[in-house]
Amino acid sequence: MFQLLKYLSDYKKESIFGPLFKLLEASFELMVPLVVAAIIDKGIANADKGMTVKMCLLLLLLGVVGLISSVTAQYFAAKAAVGFAAKVRKVLFAHIQTLSYSDLDTLGTTTLVTRMTSDMNQVQYGVNMTLRLLLRSPFVVFGAMIMAFTVDAKAAFTFVVTIPVLTAVVFTIMLMCIPLYRQVQEKLDRVVLSTRENLTGVRVIRAFCKEKEEREIFEHRNGELTEAQKFVGRISALMNPVTYIIINTAVMVLIYIGALRVNRGLLTQGGVVALYNYMSQILVELIKLANLIISVTKSVACGNRIQAVLEISPGMTFPDETQAKKGDPTSVYAVEFRHASLCYPNAGEHSLTDVNFRVKKGETVGVIGGTGSGKTSLVNLIPRFYDVTDGEILVDGVNVKKYTKSALREKIGVVPQKAVLFKGTIRDNLRWGNANASDEDILAAVTTAQATEVIAGKKGGLDYEITQGGSNLSGGQRQRLTIARALVRKPSILILDDSASALDYATDAALRKAMRQTEGHPTVFIVSQRTASIRHADKIVVLDDGKMVGLGTHETLLQNCEVYREIYDSQFKQEPVQGGVNRA
Amino acid sequence: MRKEAGTHLPHSSALRKVLHYLRHYRIRLALSVLFAALSVALTLYIPLLIGGAIDCIIGKGAVDFGRIVPILAKIGVCAAATALLQWTMNILNNKITYEVVRDIRGDAFAKIEILPLKYIDSHAYGDIVSRVTADVDQLADGLLMGFTQLFTGVMTILGTLIFMMLLHPGITAVVMVMTPISLFVAKFISTHTHSMFRLQSETRGEQTALIDEMVNHQKVVQAFGHEEANLETFEEINDRLSRYSLRATFFSSLTNPGTRFVNNLVYAAVALAGAFAAINGSVTPGLLSSFLSYVNQYTKPFNEISGVITELQNALTCAERVFELIDERPQVSDAMNAELSLPVNGAVSLENVHFSYDPLVRLIEGLYLTVQPGQRVAIVGPTGCGKTTLINLLMRFYDVNDGCVQVDGQDIRSVTRSSLRRSYGMVLQETWLKNGTVRENLCMGKPDATEEEMITAAKASHAHSFIKRLPDGYDTLIAGDGENLSQGQKQLLCIARVMLCLPPMLILDEATSSIDTRTELKIQDAFANMMKGRTSFVVAHRLSTVRDADVILVMKDGHIIEQGHHDTLLQKGGFYAELYGSQFDE
Repeated sequence: MFQLLKYLSDYKKESIFGPLFKLLEASFELMVPLVVAAIIDKGIANADKGMTVKMCLLLLLLGVVGLISSVTAQYFAAKAAVGFAAKVRKVLFAHIQTLSYSDLDTLGTTTLVTRMTSDMNQVQYGVNMTLRLLLRSPFVVFGAMIMAFTVDAKAAFTFVVTIPVLTAVVFTIMLMCIPLYRQVQEKLDRVVLSTRENLTGVRVIRAFCKEKEEREIFEHRNGELTEAQKFVGRISALMNPVTYIIINTAVMVLIYIGALRVNRGLLTQGGVVALYNYMSQILVELIKLANLIISVTKSVACGNRIQAVLEISPGMTFPDETQAKKGDPTSVYAVEFRHASLCYPNAGEHSLTDVNFRVKKGETVGVIGGTGSGKTSLVNLIPRFYDVTDGEILVDGVNVKKYTKSALREKIGVVPQKAVLFKGTIRDNLRWGNANASDEDILAAVTTAQATEVIAGKKGGLDYEITQGGSNLSGGQRQRLTIARALVRKPSILILDDSASALDYATDAALRKAMRQTEGHPTVFIVSQRTASIRHADKIVVLDDGKMVGLGTHETLLQNCEVYREIYDSQFKQEPVQGGVNRA
Repeated sequence: MRKEAGTHLPHSSALRKVLHYLRHYRIRLALSVLFAALSVALTLYIPLLIGGAIDCIIGKGAVDFGRIVPILAKIGVCAAATALLQWTMNILNNKITYEVVRDIRGDAFAKIEILPLKYIDSHAYGDIVSRVTADVDQLADGLLMGFTQLFTGVMTILGTLIFMMLLHPGITAVVMVMTPISLFVAKFISTHTHSMFRLQSETRGEQTALIDEMVNHQKVVQAFGHEEANLETFEEINDRLSRYSLRATFFSSLTNPGTRFVNNLVYAAVALAGAFAAINGSVTPGLLSSFLSYVNQYTKPFNEISGVITELQNALTCAERVFELIDERPQVSDAMNAELSLPVNGAVSLENVHFSYDPLVRLIEGLYLTVQPGQRVAIVGPTGCGKTTLINLLMRFYDVNDGCVQVDGQDIRSVTRSSLRRSYGMVLQETWLKNGTVRENLCMGKPDATEEEMITAAKASHAHSFIKRLPDGYDTLIAGDGENLSQGQKQLLCIARVMLCLPPMLILDEATSSIDTRTELKIQDAFANMMKGRTSFVVAHRLSTVRDADVILVMKDGHIIEQGHHDTLLQKGGFYAELYGSQFDE
């Protein structure tokens, strides 16, 4: 958290003047009991109306000056807190965008979103409240005590005893409640879990006739939550009564001592009233302070979480322009895997082991294998989404680590497994591939991607607004648009990561046909579970458990690759290579 | 939530329902109110006592100890009594609130269990969950604040006014004249900040949406080098947000200084009026001090009450959402207690079935189907053709609009849902697992299964080998919807779950869609075994998995357009042949 405070440096003036004006206001507030004492001792006792009026005007003046100082303070505090938060948000967002894929995997994007939103808001609130109250409350408490000493030192010793006792009580109760509230939260999470489960699993639960059991489980969890809530409620309910007793005991003692002192002529009646007023001021401020400390603690925790993200140095560095290499145009091979191995952080086993093959420019490569065999891992190495743990990857004859980030990724069009589109028009989305693409370029890509009908069917065509997450398009439509998005880039290497899985077989086939006819002849990687999708590739890489167990054309693999044959048989059993017959 | 124009009390029905839940607690509620009244009265009496004590301290040698000591003793007793009353009242309020809320939450959940699937399918889960949890919590907060602060607040205001009136009507008049200023200031600030808060939260929402989208899909962003463009958009929103946020934060933070200033005004006015009265002799200095502390006590509840009222309104809005759920019409209750006669033979027939989810969009119309006991039926067709709908009807997740579905010649609406559903074993494409151990999940359909039975089922579905490799084997906890398992592994568990209880009929809706074809091939045998002698319905995307079915139903737009065996259908050269061919076609 504290390293974050450097982002407050642009608001030094505000961060200093905010609390300062707050103190000014508090000082004026502390003078009020003295003025009242003067009214009683001088105004009333001497029946001096002029003096009384003057004193009341002074009260008014204190109020006005107090108002002005506190408004100023609130403004400075708000400005500093808001400006600080805006800055940290921006820095954090920019930082997240530099994180590598493995960083993102380890952190998880959901927590990053929470840190950028709710954690950030809590930090802003915390900074604002700290600037406003953190100095004010202790100042009023101790100020009241010091003022009491100026009224009468002996009687003021009541304050010296009362303040620590009150502080101890208030903080003990609060500190006892914090872990209890956490328990309540845990119990509540269980209730949420039960509810959620009964919605997401409604079909299974009803199919197994588990409604009654589920209701019993819920009732049990609900009851536990209620008990936890009541328990913490009973403890926090002590706060008001206990502090009330302490304060009134202190007042009793104060009045008695005051009475003794007045009787001996060491104190006036007004002085006793002033002391009594100071005593009532401290309780309110102490409770405010305790609440503030809780929310500041929360903010510090949130700030620490933000700080933790900022401290992650991106797990992957790219050479800068001057040191970077360009691809070798004379290279025959578009992509080379040289004994490449990959082990994800924290994973026990390698996801890829010693993969070794070369792909000529313009070739089409099929990648096939069972679930979890390493297909996606393999293609993710080409745009350097992950770094190999061993061996090397070459693109256009140059190690991928020698390229700048943009030089490498601009060569490659990726169609990820999950078809993700963004809020905005179809055109905006497709231009992610190439910001300067003309409508003709876009439409050409759309045609190849078999997405013409998707666009024709939408009002406004390319101007059709896609909602967040693309929920107004079907899975197949989204997938075709993501393919078009990669094609708009006119990449020299195109990677289709199981991108046809949401397409029916007919569309899948048409897509592959169209791609073979695209200009520029990109090198294409097709990842698939279907042998039908890749059987016409120039080369097929067969993966099993992260190892390359076969490399060759469909025909050769059928003859010499056991795994490939099994996969093929599982899909084409009983119909040995007679696809043409079914053309019907 | 429908907003009715011109209703004065938009929340009155929600309020009535909350009161209805409160009726079990009426004695405790009455006690709480009584204690609140007593404690307020005592709280107000104490400043008066203190004022009296101060009046005994006039000056040097003029202190009446004979009177002070009993007064101080009285203060002590009153303070102790107040504290005790407050504490009891707080505990009562706690108990009432949390128990009422527990009752409401319980009813809401019970309703979820008997809602028709139609409701659950057509509402976002998040929305229903937040009704049962967040909304109920908000209601609890509102109720608690209402009990503890609203009532005592009102009592304090009234009590203070009465006490002040009794003491000195003149000074009281000064207070009453100035009260509206405080209310006016608070109101002025809150109406003006409201629109600023709205702008702030709208912009915040916009920013959150962007963050959500771009951070969640950061990998795509980086793959397309879109970081710079994102940052620009982000900064634009961020600048706007900080402008609105500054305004909202600043103006809302004026409430305290503003009302404090008004309080100071009242304070000064009372001091002036009181001092003049004291000079005239109609008021003692002690009384003036009591008055001043009353003024402090009296203005505080005003600030609190406006907060409490907003909170209560929120609470009632939330209560309305909860009650909407509770009042939702449940599914048609089971006909008597008629059971499907067991064991079921497995003859299933659909007679002239009409069904659609939305009356405006026609789906299944006049569907006839007869399935012999033990037949294996495969259902194929493009997305949206009605395959899953058919399963919804078979399981009676939805009721037909017209016609009927029969099992062993009995209309399924004439028997209990549980007896019908127990006769089916179901594996769906959406692999849902319960939060719990692997064992709990496998034994869901047969809680009394032995260890051997469970392991046999797991082995048959080829799940045993990966379960063994899990950290705690069969006792591994499946967390957060099975995040620690792959989609394929989850599907294997779902298959094992059904293999363990083996009901007389089976429904497999894309049951192997996430399993790679090699493994699928291996569990085909187990499936074939399982389906032997059992009526089964198999929906599949991959046509290779349906070839061996006794009868294949080809569906399109809610109709069965072709029906027959694999070979006959292929020869026919119709829609099925076309679908099948495209798997190989170039």
